[in-house]
Amino acid sequence: MSAETHDPLHRYTPLQASDEPYTEEQLASLRADAEQIMAKYPQKRSALLPLLHLIQSVDGYVTGRGVDLCAELLDLTRAEVSGVATFYTQYKRHPNGEYTVGVCTNTLCAIMGGDQIFDEVSEHLGIGHDETTADGKITLERVECNAACDFAPVVMANWEFFDNQTPESTKQLVDDLRSGTPVAPTRGASRVCTFKQVSRMLAGFEDGLADEGVGAGPASLEGLKLAKERGWTAPDAEETTDPSTEDTTSDPEPETGEEHSSAAQPGTGEEKDA
Amino acid sequence: MSTQLTPILTKFWDHPTSWTLETYEANGGYQGLRKALQTEQADLVQMAKDSGLRGRGGAGFPTGLKWSFLPPPDGGPRYLVVNADEAEPGTCKDIPLLLAAPQFLIEGMVITSFAIGCHHAFIYLRGEVAHVHRRVQRAIAEAYAAGYLGKDILGTGFDLDITLHSGAGAYICGEETALLDSLEGRRGQPRLKPPFPAVAGLYARPTVVNNVESIASIAPIAANGADWFADMGTEKSQGFGIFSLSGHVTRPGQYEAPLGITLRELLEMAGGIRNGRKLKFWTPGGSSTPLFTDQHLDVPLDFESVAAEGSMLGTRALQIFDETVSVVRAVSRWTDFYAHESCGKCTPCREGTFWLKQIMHRLEAGTGSQDDIDKLVDICDNILGRAFCALGDGATSPITSAVQYFREEFEAGMHTPASELFPPGRSTLFAKETQPA
Repeated sequence: MSAETHDPLHRYTPLQASDEPYTEEQLASLRADAEQIMAKYPQKRSALLPLLHLIQSVDGYVTGRGVDLCAELLDLTRAEVSGVATFYTQYKRHPNGEYTVGVCTNTLCAIMGGDQIFDEVSEHLGIGHDETTADGKITLERVECNAACDFAPVVMANWEFFDNQTPESTKQLVDDLRSGTPVAPTRGASRVCTFKQVSRMLAGFEDGLADEGVGAGPASLEGLKLAKERGWTAPDAEETTDPSTEDTTSDPEPETGEEHSSAAQPGTGEEKDA
Repeated sequence: MSTQLTPILTKFWDHPTSWTLETYEANGGYQGLRKALQTEQADLVQMAKDSGLRGRGGAGFPTGLKWSFLPPPDGGPRYLVVNADEAEPGTCKDIPLLLAAPQFLIEGMVITSFAIGCHHAFIYLRGEVAHVHRRVQRAIAEAYAAGYLGKDILGTGFDLDITLHSGAGAYICGEETALLDSLEGRRGQPRLKPPFPAVAGLYARPTVVNNVESIASIAPIAANGADWFADMGTEKSQGFGIFSLSGHVTRPGQYEAPLGITLRELLEMAGGIRNGRKLKFWTPGGSSTPLFTDQHLDVPLDFESVAAEGSMLGTRALQIFDETVSVVRAVSRWTDFYAHESCGKCTPCREGTFWLKQIMHRLEAGTGSQDDIDKLVDICDNILGRAFCALGDGATSPITSAVQYFREEFEAGMHTPASELFPPGRSTLFAKETQPA
């Protein structure tokens, strides 16, 4: 928030600030969508995360009126809804750009070039982390690991993968997004949807783009490619499950499973998945 | 004899429409389910135990054993929740699996749900992967249309619904009880255990929480038998897993292999360290597993062998760094991550990661003070084992292991910036190869 030469849209807007009510039509459509979302869960409070995505699909961020609506629909207080909305980084507390461009600057991507990409794109756009260009097109972010490390350095545009980026390719990406030039993710749909469109999809409403794009990128296929070259395959089921064949490898055959005492390893008995 | 790759979950990822039900069925998909539905539920739990499958999400807890912890049915609902919140730095296996072949997960979920008596299962998928959402949504819809989900599955009278649930950007939600709180519409903060989810999980009902790759592996296990799976891998770390190589290797990517393969073997397959450079340090299973160095090239990557060397197999996320990289810079950035993602519930993690970050920044900038290394180690000592969940423990792993192996680089942090000792430009993917190492 240091800019004097430009005026970033990003102003810290308190969650409850937007008092302008939804129109009748907006409200009717939000309620109908919310009904569908809530029906997916045995308890309606579970619908809160998708409902907040839904609010963003209409308002472009989590507005005060959106918080009010969620609270009303789920029989929660506004404080309870705000408490959840402010916990998760994907929920925006101020108007978001049409495209969130997230440069991964977690360790691996940062070292593979993410830091340089972020710095150059930030300078190119004249905005810093979590700021939006004056035309309302791009919100720039540093993002954490996005599970595409074999394609490092990675940039996400509205949560679509742009793999193996360079400072030049990402600057081109943001220029194209700003000018409306069509861009296609490396692994994803044939185009980048807007922030509001993606938010609606995350709320659970299909957008019909699932069949677009590749199944796997080149890095995902490296192991498979090598296995094919070298003629490696997984063992056949018949070879190992037929009990009549004499097994000479003297399988000790203990009570497999129960004997495995990973629970005894301190600190690892817990499932820290992620 | 060197270890060979075993493409199973990755077998048809190169098919032009690998994600469709048609492709999946053409590759043997849903044969496991057909067998499973003819099997007694208790026998399926036993099958999972006999296979030796251990949780693929990092902790390595035996999957079948986890299922068997559910109390006897009491007539009320029981839940299966799949943890697809893959966000551990370096981990990149579940997301490509769901993008390329999501039906493995759906089939595994139907089998598991049948085995544990669940009629409503959930997939908690992180929110930051738009196209994976589309693919999983589509896979669920296709499975419903084909009669693999819904009422009276394949005419057996078994009913199952699956709900895909989107997260919203919080690493902590990969912790299973934080995930459950998040799925209940709350802030994602871990719960006190016990009670474990098996007893009081989602909506305080008996719940199994398993990782994507664990449940996906159930499908081929049901099709081929527990012995088929158990014969792969090592004695106590059975079966196969996806090994994800990233960073300074010639061909980063996904390599599906039996547990027990070594980094030396994997590096040979991946074309070695890029540009003939040297391996400096690596993570065996994500940033929460203590670092290894070039001394550990021949450690079998199974749960026991990695633990015996002081680290953890974790998620088999092998992040490889060559000698151009400052270990202080790498650890400093991971520390930023843990400080950012700490949920704030417990004091050791919330406060500890904050102070670790301050110190790491000083050391990275070359302005560390004389007692900073001791202070780092001391703070780590006060987090490890004292935090509410494994996030706090994970935050200490890179620091304590890096100090152990590269103490001199931390000492240099008292006077010289990391960027001076290790100019960052040489480490990037787009670095000019002519630049001297």
